[in-house]
Amino acid sequence: MQVPARFEYERASSVPHALALLERYGPESRVIAGGHSLIPMMKLRLARPDVLIDINGLEELSFLGVEDDVLVIGALVRHAQFLADPAVGRYFPIFHDAERVIADPVVRNRGTVGGSLCQADPSEDLSAAFAAVRATAVIQGPGGVREVPIRRFHRGPYETAVEPGELLVRLRVPIRPGAASAYEKVERRAGDWPVAAAGAQLRLDGGVIAEAGIGLTAVGAEHFAAPEAEEYLAGKAPGAEAFAEAGRIAAANCAPRADQRGPAAYKRHLAGELVRRALTRAAGRAAEGTAQGAGDRTGDRRGEG
Amino acid sequence: MTEQLDAGLVGRQIAESDQLGDPKDGREVGRARRRKEDARLITGRTTWTDNIQLPGMLYVAFLRSPIAHARITRVDASAARARPGVVAALTGRDFADEQGSLPCAWPVSEDVVIPDHPPMASDEVRYVGEAVACVVATDRYKAVDALEAIEVDYEPLEAVLDMTEALAEGSPKVHEAGNQAFTWKFSGGDAEAAFRDAPVVIDRTYVQQRLIPTAMEPRAVVATTDGGSFTVYSATQIPHILRVMLALTTGIPEHRLRVIAPDVGGGFGSKLQVTAEEVLCLLLTRRLGKPVKWTESRSEGNLTVHHGRDQIQKISLAAERDGRIRGVRVDLLADMGAYLMLVTPGIPLLGAFMYNGIYKMDAYDFRCTGVFTTKMPTDAYRGAGRPEATFAIERTVDELAHELGMDPLEVRRRNWITHQEFPYATIAGLTYDSGNYEAATDRAMALLGYDKLRAEQADRRDRRDPVQLGIGVSTYTEMCGLAPSRVLGSLSYGAGGWEHAAVRVLPTGKVEVVTGSSAHGQGHETAWSQIAADALGVPFEDVSVLHGDTAIAPQGMDTYGSRSLVVGGIAVLRACEKVKAKAAELAAHLLEASPDDVEFSTGTFAVRGTSEGKTIQELALAAFAAHDLPEGFEPRLDAEVTFDPENFSFPHGTHLCAAEVDTETGMVRIRSYVAVDDVGHVVNPLIVEGQVHGGIAQGIAQALFEEAVYDSDGNLLTTTMADYLIPSAADLPDFVTDRTETPAASNPLGVKGVGEAGTIASTPAVVNAIVDALRPYGVNDVPMPCTPERVWRTLAGAAPPGSTAAGRGGAGESEGGER
Repeated sequence: MQVPARFEYERASSVPHALALLERYGPESRVIAGGHSLIPMMKLRLARPDVLIDINGLEELSFLGVEDDVLVIGALVRHAQFLADPAVGRYFPIFHDAERVIADPVVRNRGTVGGSLCQADPSEDLSAAFAAVRATAVIQGPGGVREVPIRRFHRGPYETAVEPGELLVRLRVPIRPGAASAYEKVERRAGDWPVAAAGAQLRLDGGVIAEAGIGLTAVGAEHFAAPEAEEYLAGKAPGAEAFAEAGRIAAANCAPRADQRGPAAYKRHLAGELVRRALTRAAGRAAEGTAQGAGDRTGDRRGEG
Repeated sequence: MTEQLDAGLVGRQIAESDQLGDPKDGREVGRARRRKEDARLITGRTTWTDNIQLPGMLYVAFLRSPIAHARITRVDASAARARPGVVAALTGRDFADEQGSLPCAWPVSEDVVIPDHPPMASDEVRYVGEAVACVVATDRYKAVDALEAIEVDYEPLEAVLDMTEALAEGSPKVHEAGNQAFTWKFSGGDAEAAFRDAPVVIDRTYVQQRLIPTAMEPRAVVATTDGGSFTVYSATQIPHILRVMLALTTGIPEHRLRVIAPDVGGGFGSKLQVTAEEVLCLLLTRRLGKPVKWTESRSEGNLTVHHGRDQIQKISLAAERDGRIRGVRVDLLADMGAYLMLVTPGIPLLGAFMYNGIYKMDAYDFRCTGVFTTKMPTDAYRGAGRPEATFAIERTVDELAHELGMDPLEVRRRNWITHQEFPYATIAGLTYDSGNYEAATDRAMALLGYDKLRAEQADRRDRRDPVQLGIGVSTYTEMCGLAPSRVLGSLSYGAGGWEHAAVRVLPTGKVEVVTGSSAHGQGHETAWSQIAADALGVPFEDVSVLHGDTAIAPQGMDTYGSRSLVVGGIAVLRACEKVKAKAAELAAHLLEASPDDVEFSTGTFAVRGTSEGKTIQELALAAFAAHDLPEGFEPRLDAEVTFDPENFSFPHGTHLCAAEVDTETGMVRIRSYVAVDDVGHVVNPLIVEGQVHGGIAQGIAQALFEEAVYDSDGNLLTTTMADYLIPSAADLPDFVTDRTETPAASNPLGVKGVGEAGTIASTPAVVNAIVDALRPYGVNDVPMPCTPERVWRTLAGAAPPGSTAAGRGGAGESEGGER
């Protein structure tokens, strides 16, 4: 049996209670939500927190819905709930695409959106998707609530703007009329961490790209974004050549590292190819007016089994 | 309460759906029965080894070497003994006088080197994961915690990882005797002549990557004693062999040793082993006088379950320009790992007779060198030698077809044994008893829509579609049903290949079948019940199958090598026939008829031409009462049989795989997969279907996903399920399966083995499809597993004129850390 080292367990009954527990137990405590990263690490004894603070009972963190043209996602929203939500699929097919290739149904039933972002794994899928749509993270601490743009949320591998004693409570994503999005991933096995993945959101205005958002994961892109490629696309007409060039720029500006999932050269190649594909698919959706189309099922069927 | 209700409901639903399938003339054999053991297995209402709780039980945890090769200079477990709940903390030295050496039962050649293999290392470690100490504590948490208090000093020695380097002059040595474990040669015909002036010679080298067998149930051992005798519960495939080997290894007399394999959750060969943990748990219970339990973690399992495959195959094939194969030469390096375990050196030899496949040829030459490295030992893994052989010949025949510009199926047609030619003595010295390769192939081509896919392939090639289509072929056969004892003897194997069965008709007419072939997921209880029900004319429900406990089923050779049905099942049939003969004698006596006049039909023995008869249930009661028996008739209707097969079993079939390869990302998607297998007559089509599906999945896993990766220091990198990639249903296509039915001539049921066929067949079908898709790019091989990265890298390296090479310019980027 794989057995974790000894730890204490506290169940939080409200956000203020959770914050009080964090205050009481200090840096050797860890918040547990879905636990699908933390518990395996504890079982391998790679993580040895003294105390687990369980926030699974906090219903106030499970809200998912649209408020004033902003999609609001509670930190405890489960991947499965996020994937199944029609509004999410309608406004942000990128999340649909990404969630369909995150782990498997069992993990998605338990794992949370906030937990994925706070784990800050450099190969995490949603980090790239949220970067592409320029979300905002809402963080609560003893001093109150503050907002951090998602592109300043990740400070590095396994490091976020959530300070000790604070809790990520929700994410806010502005709904941009006419925008369309997509996510493309190469994985070694259904539901695996990506070898590389890219997300893109395009807002067109008068036949040109008014705003492009490009997210990248697993390729060492700073803040999971590709600002140089976004900048290049601004004002350009959407098309194969522009998208290929944006891919080349994104590939040139990321910093992949070799690991078990592949060598740097391959990941860099994929960064370019997948940015191109994500942009192409987003533009296709924009053209079809399926930016609002929930249940878009293009692409292969991997991950549905 | 609710739980019980639910489980009861599941049981009932399964019982109702038992009626599925198509009873042929009321016969059980051939019927797609749902498995009678599944209700308890899938609802968890059964006993797995780890579920066993005994009074006073203690828990064992092992400290394992973090270094591939080192001298142990000091082990100090004293601090661990002071930890709470710790009963004992022991090192290799503590076991030195009693642990013996783990057995190797297959000394394959005269030059074989079988190094001493202590269950717990005391002087030197030779792979990462080798046990160096253990803690026994009152719970498993305390046991694992206390491992951290054990101090071990290692003096590192050089790791030996690469087989070719290991054999080179001056290589660091794994063992004092050197790194060559054995050499083995075999030939048929005149290879020299076959290759001399051959118009076509194909030379290829394939790497069979190292695999980690991953059974759903991890290994677990419970050992207990009453002071005089010992019981070992183990998640093992081989309770009988284990009992003999534990007795030989520890000196505990065999008659004081009972081995129980409770329900076992899969093995795939990995539980065909006598493990260090089994020996050490037995020694611990003897030392401490208390029951002990050890259950491995998945990471511990990845490190220390014996691994599979790991061969480098050099194959040469000589042919005429019309495609006729003249001969095949094979030169094999087989990685033994650090020690020779139960059948380690024999694994490549199980493939030695299969490199000729289904083809006629004039000559065949095989040589194999077993090599020691500082890695986990290898041993049997689903197929064991035959998947490697089948891969090499089926890949190479596709290469021959490409070289000649022929369709790969046409080349095969020109070489395979035709159905009129059976029985056929092959160049490798086996006699294939039956087969019909033409029928299976025709059916597979029709099911796949072969010609239509070839047309689509041509179209995609013309369009330079970034997603190319390939069709892979595998026309396999294999030798299974291990095995005729005389053949095993001729190969220096340490035991026979017989199987034992006992059949008892109880006084109430119910039937107990005792089998020595201990199932670990195969469905023996159902299949054996079907055989016995037909043979004795009793209802399927009236048969119970007992197995897996040396006190209940005292004799057996256990379950591996697709042997259960063709050896163990035939033993059951023979035992039923003996019972029937006995019943007929009793019936004749009671009916006052001559035995020659008594006929048996659906459970009733009747005097020919009369309506007078006795049912087998009536006869069982009469035998039990024993009031009126024929002269010399022993009371009770029962019989035992030990059956030794006269030949191997040779299932065959044609597998076709259509795969799409995205040349821009390297991603492979299996679009369709057709398997037409010929496993002879079928006892239970549902079980066969399950074996075929699982087998194909496991073979695809080798082609696309799985690989045990060691770094340059000999650390295993694939120790978790996040790193060692087992495919799930989401990674696999729907399988289209069908069967042709050419009965085996070598047994009375006409059955053949099926447990390994899918795995043996599918790996080359998939890789052939990928290579076929990439032929226009000048690709003629992709190393396994064909991950997106490997496919892309192969393409980047190939880069022929006229290909769509856009975007692959970055492949030359230099970097370290690549595997």
